[in-house]
Amino acid sequence: MFSILRSLWYTFLHAFHKRETILYPEEKPYLPPRYRGRIILSRDPDGIERCVACYLCAAACPVDCISLQAIEGENGRRYPAFFRINFSRCIFCGYCEEACPTYAIQLTPDFEMGEYNRQNLVYEKEHLLISGEGKYHGYDFYKVAGIDAGVKEKGEGANEQPPVDVKSLMP
Amino acid sequence: MIFILIIAGVLFIVLTIAAGLIYIERRLLGLWQDRYGPNRVGPFGLTQVVADMIKIFFKEDWVPPFSDRPVFVLAPAILISTILLTFAVVPFAPGFNVLDSNIAVLFFLGNSSLGVYSIVLGGWASNNKYSLLGAMRASAQMLTYEVFMGLSLMGVVMLADSFNLREIVEAQRHGWFIFPQFIGFVIFLIAGIAETHRLPFDIPEAEGELVAGYHSEYSGMKFGMFFVGEYMGVTLISALITLMFFGGWLGPAFLPPIVWFFLKTAVFICFFILLRASLPRPRYDQLMGVGWKILLPLALLNILVTGALLLYFK
Repeated sequence: MFSILRSLWYTFLHAFHKRETILYPEEKPYLPPRYRGRIILSRDPDGIERCVACYLCAAACPVDCISLQAIEGENGRRYPAFFRINFSRCIFCGYCEEACPTYAIQLTPDFEMGEYNRQNLVYEKEHLLISGEGKYHGYDFYKVAGIDAGVKEKGEGANEQPPVDVKSLMP
Repeated sequence: MIFILIIAGVLFIVLTIAAGLIYIERRLLGLWQDRYGPNRVGPFGLTQVVADMIKIFFKEDWVPPFSDRPVFVLAPAILISTILLTFAVVPFAPGFNVLDSNIAVLFFLGNSSLGVYSIVLGGWASNNKYSLLGAMRASAQMLTYEVFMGLSLMGVVMLADSFNLREIVEAQRHGWFIFPQFIGFVIFLIAGIAETHRLPFDIPEAEGELVAGYHSEYSGMKFGMFFVGEYMGVTLISALITLMFFGGWLGPAFLPPIVWFFLKTAVFICFFILLRASLPRPRYDQLMGVGWKILLPLALLNILVTGALLLYFK
C-alpha cells in the first residue's frame, strides 16, 4: 500500500524533470565521428581515388549491396570502372570499411538519405567519391605498397629495401 | 428553450472533454515519462485530436463475418448511451443540470451496471476467444466492484440525507464529505477505477495477455466509441468524486461555481492519468480477492460506523 503511494509520488515528481526527447528535425543529435552512416569513397593526398578495386568490400558485405568492376590504368594502377552501393539494402554494419586495405571506403555520420524514389538510393561512383581524404589523412596505399604504379619506384618506399639483384652472387 | 440549451451544453462539454482527454492523456503521460507526447499537429499538438478523429472516421468500418452482427454493432452504442444518460443527473453548477433527480445516485449506479452489457455483449458478439476472455473478466470485475461502489456512497447519502446530487453538494457547505467519509472516498475511488477499467485495473483489455480484450475485433469509429466511452467514464467518475466528496461547485467566491467544479474534476482526471503512468496491472485473482475480502467488508464497516455515529449524535 505504501509502495503504491510512493511510486505515485515518484512518478508525479517526474513532471519537474528534464525531458529526454531530442526534437529531431529542429534539434540535431550529437553523432560521434565514428558513427556508421552514409558510405563514401575517399581520395589519397594527391587527389587520386584510393580504391584499388580489390573486391574485399563486396565480399565482406553481408547483404551484397556493393558491386564494382576493376580495370587497370596505363601504369598498372587498378581502379574501379564502376562502383555502385545500393543503400536501400545497406545495413550500415561497417564491414566494408573494416575490410578495405586502402582506407578508401569509409562510413560517415550522415544518415539523412530519405528519398521518394527507391531507385535514387542506388549511388554510383560519382555520388560516392568525395574530394578529400576522409578520416585518414596523409595515407597513400601506393607509397607503402611493393609495386611501382607511378607514385614511387620499386623499393623506394618508407619501410622498403631496394630489390635484390637475383643475378648477383654478392651478399 | 433553456432546457434544450442546457442539454446541448452538457453534451458539448462532455464530448469536448472526452475528446480533449485523448490529447491531454498522451501529453501528461509524456510529461511523467520525461518525453513530449504529441506536439507536431498545430500549436503544442493541440489539433492532434482533429487528426485522430479524421483518421478514425475514414478507417474501414469492418464487421467480422464470423461475428453476431446486430449485437456487435449495438455494443459500443450501449456504452456511450449509458454514460451520457448518467451525465443527465450530474449538476455542473446550481441550475446547470438536465435533470434534478431525487434518485440521482441510484440512477448513476444503475447506469454503470448497464454499462457492463456493452462490454460483455461486445466481447461475446466478436466471436473471438480473446474478446470473450476479456468480456468475462470485465463482467466479473465490474460486478464485484459495483457491489461496494454503491455501498461506499451510502455513507455520503446518510450524511446528506438525500440521493439528490444537488442536495448532497449543498450539504457540504460546512465541510467536504472527504473528512468524515475518508474510507468511503478511498473505496469509491478504487471502485471507480475498476468500473471504468482504467489502468491499473484494465484487466479486461490487458494488451499483454488478451490482444485488446473485448474490443480486439473492433475497428474504425466503433472502436472509437469504446475509446471515447472510456474517457467519458473517467470524466464521469471524476465528476462524481468531486460532487460526493469534494463539495462540487462550492468554493471561494472569486471564481464562478462552474469553474470550481471543472477545476476539481480536472484534478481527479489528472490523478487517473497519473495512476496509468505509474502503476502496473495486478493479477486477475488478486483484483477479485482484494475486492471481496478487503474492500467489501471495509465498505460495510464504514456504513455501520457512520450509521451508528449518526444515530448517536442525533
